[in-house]
Amino acid sequence: MTDLLRQAWTVARKDLLLEFRTRTALVSALVFTALVLTVFNFGRDPTAVATIDLAPTILWVTFTFAAMLALNRAFQLELENQALEGLLVSPLSRTSLYWGKLLANLVFVALVEAVGLPLFVLFFDVPVGRVLLPLVGVIALATIGFVAVGTLFSALVIRTRFAELLLVVLLLPFLVPPLIGAVQVTARLLGGRPLSEAAGWFRLLAAYDIGFVALATLLFPFTVDE
Amino acid sequence: MSLAQTGRRITLLGLVLLAGVYVRALAFTPLERFQGPAQKIFYLHVPAAWSAMLAMGLVGLCSILYLIVKDARFDRFAAASAEVGTTFSLVMLTTGPIWAKPIWGTWWTWDARLTLTLFLFFLFIGYLLLRGAVVEPGLRARYSAVLGICGLVLLPFIHLSVYLFRTLHPQPIVLKPSAPSLPGSMLVTLLVSFAVFTLLYVGFVTQRYAVGLLREAQGKEHA
Amino acid sequence: MVALDNVSFSLEAGQTLAIFGPNGAGKTTLLKVLAGLIRPDAGRATVAGGRGAIGWIGHQSHLYGHLTVRENLLFWAALYAVPATIRATRADATLRQLGIADRAEQARWSLSRGLAQRAAIAKALIHDPPVLLLDEPFTGLDLAAAAEFRALLARLQGAGRVVVLATHNVGEGVELATDVAFQRRGRFVHFAPRGARGPAQIADEYRRAVGEGEGEGEGEADD
Repeated sequence: MTDLLRQAWTVARKDLLLEFRTRTALVSALVFTALVLTVFNFGRDPTAVATIDLAPTILWVTFTFAAMLALNRAFQLELENQALEGLLVSPLSRTSLYWGKLLANLVFVALVEAVGLPLFVLFFDVPVGRVLLPLVGVIALATIGFVAVGTLFSALVIRTRFAELLLVVLLLPFLVPPLIGAVQVTARLLGGRPLSEAAGWFRLLAAYDIGFVALATLLFPFTVDE
Repeated sequence: MSLAQTGRRITLLGLVLLAGVYVRALAFTPLERFQGPAQKIFYLHVPAAWSAMLAMGLVGLCSILYLIVKDARFDRFAAASAEVGTTFSLVMLTTGPIWAKPIWGTWWTWDARLTLTLFLFFLFIGYLLLRGAVVEPGLRARYSAVLGICGLVLLPFIHLSVYLFRTLHPQPIVLKPSAPSLPGSMLVTLLVSFAVFTLLYVGFVTQRYAVGLLREAQGKEHA
Repeated sequence: MVALDNVSFSLEAGQTLAIFGPNGAGKTTLLKVLAGLIRPDAGRATVAGGRGAIGWIGHQSHLYGHLTVRENLLFWAALYAVPATIRATRADATLRQLGIADRAEQARWSLSRGLAQRAAIAKALIHDPPVLLLDEPFTGLDLAAAAEFRALLARLQGAGRVVVLATHNVGEGVELATDVAFQRRGRFVHFAPRGARGPAQIADEYRRAVGEGEGEGEGEADD
């Protein structure tokens, strides 16, 4: 097990090192997030609908779009560097490869969310202070869910035309449970409702995460092995 | 008798029986008290949704079997099932609003069945798009199988999400689309309709499978 | 179409097998099966020590453009379970062995083709593999570089390694081989120790066994 994790970390570290060398994907995702939040701001009428009602949806739509931008880079980068074959020839287990990519994607999306959340609070003046911890918790849970599926699917689309577009189309139905759960919990948190009301959604998110990380780990070898 | 012929005969039988169900539903089944004649579309609407679900279930099952045994027949069946499932979903999604408008006053509602079928539709479309995008048959079969299994596992989560959503957001609609217990003759009509739609499913998939075989034999890329 | 047809052999330490065959003969497929990249439909390929014992040099560079040569080597060394304490020294030694020690801190994208190729060879050797699988390793090497590479291979051979070298050019690598095979349309049409045969004789036999050396282009694509 530790071997698996160590190898996964080797892969993830390499990915993150590469990403920080070039920085294009990260910067694009951050700029994109800021832009989307800005556009949302001008697209609403604060007198008609209270910010607090729209806020969770705005936050999560922004996060999901930014995440989807990030997902394709994972295997695209291997293809571009002609390294995928090398990874498969090496003793690297397929599970470690998937977990490594998943980890790198999670760090990437987490960075975008870490910048996006304060921006969101700033632009929309939402009170997150008291609920910061559970809010971060639900952000983490939902993110793991859709990044897990997204990482798997990104391996399916690498050699297709319009890979980014196809990835989004394939992924959207899978985003719905974590998205609904995240929005519902966020809405309750921001509305000052007791945590116990959101218990069902938390359970759904956790079940989704466990289920799909396990399934993706199981299925990933079929995407790279002949 | 060739596969295509068998498929055609089953489909024909199914369509004839479907007409029979129509007649029975319209003429011989009592009117529902609250919803009137428009309720009768329920006898088509519900089984169509069921067939779409069946199609997805079989896509998932064949995907699992394909990954285990790597038999191309499972892949072909999954592809055929997906196409048929898309058709049934589309039928359900178009009849749904037609029914919803007179009964509930709105074209679309986020009721459990419609929502689930909508997602089924998106899953099927994604599956077919992926198949269209991957040219090499071995790769295509493997990739589709992965997606198919994920789609199958997603369904209970969608169902749960919708259920949670609805229990916390009471619907403004008082009438329920399906009563938990139906009087005798309505139940019979419904069950017969289920059987007919299942038959139609078998017929369509058989035909589609036969077409797929033919296309492969002719060397066309998309079976 | 069959890429590999009834190929069966075993090799021991110290043997160098040169496989000659035209494009499409299945050489790359064979190497990929040996490396565990492709699972054969029938039969088995076993390499003592598994994937960790194999050094692969093929068409793809396996190096990351934006990492330095040393960073690349350290990454692959980690994947190949080279103990952390000796990784750095091993990397430096390998770089020196290939004459690119002065380029260690350069990003791979900035290297010329020849130097990048040497870096790729360094990557293959970083974990001191007992088995070397080489797929058209002389591609793109000029005469001087090819001679250097041959000399390197000759040095590596001695240490009890198994080397499998696949190429379409019968001139390259004959002197290095202890065993020679001709592959055509997936089959080995010749497999024997080289014995005392020289390059000219082998080339002659090859032409007679396989037909014209280049461009037959039949059979499945190699990759």
